[in-house]
Amino acid sequence: MAQHSGNEHEHEHENQHEHEHEHEHEHEHEHESHGSLKSYVIGFLFSLVLTAIPLMVVLNHWLAGTAAKVVLVGAAVLQFVVQLVYFMHLREEKKPRWNLLALIFGLIVLMTIVGGSVWIMTYNVVSH
Amino acid sequence: MAHGNAHAQSNSHSHAPSHEGHVDLESLRLMGFWIFLITDCILFGSLFATYIVLHGNTAGGPTASELFHMPGVIAETFILLTSSFTSGLAVLSMNQGNRKGLIGWLVVTALLGASFITLEVTEFVKMVHEGATIGTSGFLSGFFTLVGTHGLHVSLGLVWMTALMIQLGRHGITPVTRRKVNIISLYWHFLDVVWIFVFTIVYMLGVM
Repeated sequence: MAQHSGNEHEHEHENQHEHEHEHEHEHEHEHESHGSLKSYVIGFLFSLVLTAIPLMVVLNHWLAGTAAKVVLVGAAVLQFVVQLVYFMHLREEKKPRWNLLALIFGLIVLMTIVGGSVWIMTYNVVSH
Repeated sequence: MAHGNAHAQSNSHSHAPSHEGHVDLESLRLMGFWIFLITDCILFGSLFATYIVLHGNTAGGPTASELFHMPGVIAETFILLTSSFTSGLAVLSMNQGNRKGLIGWLVVTALLGASFITLEVTEFVKMVHEGATIGTSGFLSGFFTLVGTHGLHVSLGLVWMTALMIQLGRHGITPVTRRKVNIISLYWHFLDVVWIFVFTIVYMLGVM
């Protein structure tokens, strides 16, 4: 971020070179970029809170049954999103977002395997 | 320190001109690793599915709530969360061209990873002594396979990280080591994500 504000100043003076500077920005973004200390600290704090919530819910018996399960799994999924955004920088990916597409495809396969197995085995009379 | 900075700067300079052909290849390699991580995700998904299906089949052996000792598991979770953060700080130091900081944070990350593995192995040994082995029940087969596979990934990451620290000590921050640090940090965040689901689905839902 500090680099950006530094270069902005130059922009005002050298409008002709603005285009080149933008190119530099892109280059920096792709190569160096990947987050600031602030984004890592925010991500870390989020992940601590998202771990503390399920712990409190379970250890203090605040919720039971389905409600507790929803909170637990919800916190885990949010934690996944936090790691993707703040630590793995998925949002900073440039336009043909192959990484995101590959991830979505992987998640569909994952859901099919996990959901499908659980669904089949829940109603499997032989296994009980 | 001054040496490290000069080194990094000269690298980023010599790097800039050749960027066109180079960046594509390096980002392609990063993407290749990303796709490996997604297939690894599916591997863990299959193990999770197996565990979820089998977790009620205790065959007269100990159940999840009898077996799990939460204090150790909670410690493991916070240790791994912190190590995911410190591996991010390592990447941040690298982007600032700070080699000492980079290696320092990698050392912290590896030490946290090692304490995670120590806790986990201690937990496993204790379970086996209590008579809960991988052959005791379907539940424990699923448990040891899932949690053990994750532990194996972390151990492998530790070996890899040590090798990378030696490389960084020898060659400094070059385009190649830069890519490797980015990749191992992705791997480490990924392992943290998998652990969060192990923690939630195996331990928290188990003791509930």
